[in-house]
Amino acid sequence: MLDFDYSFLAEVLVGGLLSGVMYSLVAIGFVLIYKTSGVLNFAQGAMLLFAALTFVSLVERGAPFALALLITFAIMVALGMAIERVVLRPLVNKPPITLFMATLGLSYVIEGAAQLAWGTQVHGLDLGIDDTPFEVAGILISKFDLFAAAVAATMVAFLTAFFRYTRIGLAFRAVADDQFAAFAVGLKLPRIWATVWAAAGAVALVAGLLWGARLGVQFSLSLVVLKALPVLVLGGFDSILGAIVAGLLIGATEKLAEVYIGPFFGGGIESWFAYLVALAFLLVRPAGLFGQKIVERA
Amino acid sequence: MSTAVFDRAETKSWRVPSWIGPIAVLAVAYGVMPFIGGAYIFEAILTPFLALSLAAVGLNLLTGYAGQLSLGSAAFMAVGAYAAYNFNLRIHELPLIFSIALGGLSASAIGIAFGLPSLRLRGFYLAVSTLAAQFFVQWALTKFGWFSNNNASGVIDAPPLSILGVSFDDPVGRYLFALTVVTVLTALSYRLVNTQTGHNFIAVRDNELAARVIGIPILKTKLLAFGISSFIIGVAGALWAFAYLRTVEPAGFNLDRSFEILFIIIIGGLASIRGAFFGAALIVVFPLILSRVGSLLLGGHFDSGVLDMSQRIVLGSLIIVFLIAEPDGLTALWDRLTKGFSRTSRQQPQ
Amino acid sequence: MTMIPFLFAPWRPAVSYFGSLRTIARTAVLAISFAIPIAAPAKAAEQYFPLQSYRVGPYAAGGTGFFGGFIDYLNLVNIRDGGVNGVKLTWDECETQYEVERGVECYERQKSHPAIAAWNPLSVGIAYAMIDRIAQDKTPLITINHGRTDSTDGRVFPYVFPLLLNPYSETSGIINYIAGKEGGLDKLRGKKIVVLYHGSPYGKETIPIYELLAQKYGFTVSQIEVPHPGNEQQAQWLTIRREKPDFVVLRGWGVMNPVALKTAQKTGFPVDHIVGNVWSNSEEDVIPAGSAAKGYVAITTQASGAEYPVLQEIIKTVYGAGKGNLDDKKRIGSVYHNLGIVNGILNVEAIRIAQEKFGHRTLTGDEVRWGFEHLRLDEVRVAALGAKGLFHSINVTWDNHEGDGRVTFQQWDGAKWKVVSDWISPDWALLRPIIEKSAAAYAAEHGITPRTAADAETASR
Repeated sequence: MLDFDYSFLAEVLVGGLLSGVMYSLVAIGFVLIYKTSGVLNFAQGAMLLFAALTFVSLVERGAPFALALLITFAIMVALGMAIERVVLRPLVNKPPITLFMATLGLSYVIEGAAQLAWGTQVHGLDLGIDDTPFEVAGILISKFDLFAAAVAATMVAFLTAFFRYTRIGLAFRAVADDQFAAFAVGLKLPRIWATVWAAAGAVALVAGLLWGARLGVQFSLSLVVLKALPVLVLGGFDSILGAIVAGLLIGATEKLAEVYIGPFFGGGIESWFAYLVALAFLLVRPAGLFGQKIVERA
Repeated sequence: MSTAVFDRAETKSWRVPSWIGPIAVLAVAYGVMPFIGGAYIFEAILTPFLALSLAAVGLNLLTGYAGQLSLGSAAFMAVGAYAAYNFNLRIHELPLIFSIALGGLSASAIGIAFGLPSLRLRGFYLAVSTLAAQFFVQWALTKFGWFSNNNASGVIDAPPLSILGVSFDDPVGRYLFALTVVTVLTALSYRLVNTQTGHNFIAVRDNELAARVIGIPILKTKLLAFGISSFIIGVAGALWAFAYLRTVEPAGFNLDRSFEILFIIIIGGLASIRGAFFGAALIVVFPLILSRVGSLLLGGHFDSGVLDMSQRIVLGSLIIVFLIAEPDGLTALWDRLTKGFSRTSRQQPQ
Repeated sequence: MTMIPFLFAPWRPAVSYFGSLRTIARTAVLAISFAIPIAAPAKAAEQYFPLQSYRVGPYAAGGTGFFGGFIDYLNLVNIRDGGVNGVKLTWDECETQYEVERGVECYERQKSHPAIAAWNPLSVGIAYAMIDRIAQDKTPLITINHGRTDSTDGRVFPYVFPLLLNPYSETSGIINYIAGKEGGLDKLRGKKIVVLYHGSPYGKETIPIYELLAQKYGFTVSQIEVPHPGNEQQAQWLTIRREKPDFVVLRGWGVMNPVALKTAQKTGFPVDHIVGNVWSNSEEDVIPAGSAAKGYVAITTQASGAEYPVLQEIIKTVYGAGKGNLDDKKRIGSVYHNLGIVNGILNVEAIRIAQEKFGHRTLTGDEVRWGFEHLRLDEVRVAALGAKGLFHSINVTWDNHEGDGRVTFQQWDGAKWKVVSDWISPDWALLRPIIEKSAAAYAAEHGITPRTAADAETASR
């Protein structure tokens, strides 16, 4: 450690932060739904897979990029609304664990349906953005990562604006604050939930395309939720800002730990280290970084 | 829901034959099954059913009774299996049954360690942090060759099952071995939930603050729940490894297994010992029936992939339908079906 | 809510089984379980392959290719030759999703079928769970290109056959290839190789062998783990970038492979200095990586492509008759499909060889085991089977269950694999003592007395 390689440290840090953005993208989908309906939607991963698989299959069948995107978007919105109508509405006011289990069942259905409709083949997905690096002060940065970060930033800006300035967005926040009060003043909860599920579908599409371009479109795509969970714990289940900040934090610590601490244990510690960080943090601040103080849901 | 459960646990069974059911089931399990079942029934259905039921009983103590959501059950199963394997391997004089018990105790220790966050965390925050156990244990078992006796592939082979020189190493023997372990631990669990400790679990679940006010030691109760639950799950893991698969690799105890056990207790019925068995029966048997019926009816027309994906959809839908139609689980459904005629009481003993 | 009655109606009666009349439920299950396999009664002369296939789940792409190729070849033998000397080949599939307990259930379900030739699960986990069971039932277990390395020692594992290539030989083959690129084994001295392995027992299995070879040839090796499933490898590749190795060996699995290639590109490591192992060598591993995979090299025991006579016959005879197993005809000749075909050839030839000894009839599993232990296909015989260039040769004996399989290396050109090396032999003599030591430990632990050559000659009917 005599001549510590600071540029390498910087490189790991930057790489970690950019990976973190990718985690946040997935986490945002969870937050949207949790915030308004208190459901930890485990099917988000399956939705991601479904979106990417639908898109790539349409493109392979000759649909132009924009059209495929539009159709997939429409399908995802329809799927989100259908889930709300068929699965969630009958389960209103059930304990959170029941809702969680329902989304687990849902992920079976969506995964099965996606593969039944489009097959189990592994597809490549090319968004037209090269995953090639360029050098900034000796540090390699991937164009694709920057693109993903830009998309994430746009999405967050859009969602924030939506919540703050539109009527339905305000209704959203009212529901998030207090479902019963919102209901009492005449807000139509089902409509709001349908909107939020549709939005989650759209977020799944964005995350699915970005992750799909990186991993290939295949079954394992649904496993990226495991990367999003510690981010959620750290950031709070109900904060979009938290999801972003925690994503960056988790990405960075995870990579730094793997590179600098990993070798002492023979490596591969990434799989649980993020959870450990989240856990340690929670013991100090039980609601996460930006989560609401009241977390006694289950 | 919670009050109903509370009543159920509290009410002494005044409709006498509460013990008739279990005794009858046991009589059939011991007296009839070994003589009529074929190897397939034991090896592919009953033994995994027993192991999963036991794991579900363990999780139900923690989640159903004490209200602490855990997604790390498979990790505790893995600890139980690997620890029992190592005790058996490294202490030669130790009878197998003690190795399994020590395996359970090891799982218990790990369970208490990962249960510590429950003192600060609730609900999904706790659930997600039990995932740390899930990933950590799997990593450690893969990483450190010592756990698998430095086998190059990290896969362990189960020792032969025998107690006091009597070998249980055939399908029926393994079934009887598992059945006995499951029966004993289930009886103890049943006993436990009807003691003060069991009532403390429920009190902590239903209202932690109130429980504290009436003087229940929250810290001790929660950790006890984690400890006992993990012990049972650990023993279930040892059964899964020794009596069922007879070989174990860490990947076999993955997150899907944790979810499976959670499914079992939700579908069977939270806070119900019987529910664990109902749920396990459904989760083990139902996919098999689906696949058999599916390939019988449609096998000629579709390849096995299409069939299996359809089954996945059906299974997922069924879970959802079930949660909507019968949120209190198979136990509640069972009670309604059997007691629907006589409107005497809906309060059932466990 | 409208869907509930539909799904619920058939469900209600099932519920009443459980509980008081648990036995009835079990009897019902029993009835169903036995009714189905027996629905297809065994004909006088058939040889049955129980296929524990996986067409669903994370590894479905590999499963459909491999079992597709296997079935295609069995179909070819049936249609073209009317079976093996008049003995029809039959099979049915049981879906495992690559999960061990499903594989075990399939084993218990399928083993009641008469005339089983051999088991071919193509899954390390399932194979392990079966080792005990097949030894009792005396049926061969074929783990082509994978499985338990020490099962190569046929004295201790009479019924397990890691045909063509076990993980140790693979390691040695890869190092020999790299040596060839550098200009000879002596040129390895001072070189640096990084092994990037999947964080699972499979991934870790070859760690000591790389260490051993590094010592022997004087190169440095550093082995880096990627946690399962491997969808994030930034940290690992940055470490590689810092270490500046001459070669990276990719010992990957599933999604880990394309991500490795993409991340290599992102961190500026040249793709043609990455050498993939046998589970990182398929189209499914490179296509998702797009242009990042162009120039990537991987080991294989069988060439890909459809130009070999046996594949042409399959296309003409099997697909021509509408009996082809692959939905997507573009996958004919892909790596997994060809592996399935080679696996089919080896299984069928073992039966043929055993039939010459025991008669042209349905054989027992033990007799097929004898056939595998005499499975000698030299280059002439391989050519006669229409597989010249598809795979090299095999020579299985009673105590060497791997059979001296040769390996070759293929490079991805962006659209298909192209063979870029000769057939290379691993250093079997170096590896054999390690294998024997491990097998002896297994024998001691399980109280197995190793067989002799004489034991192996007899087969029970």
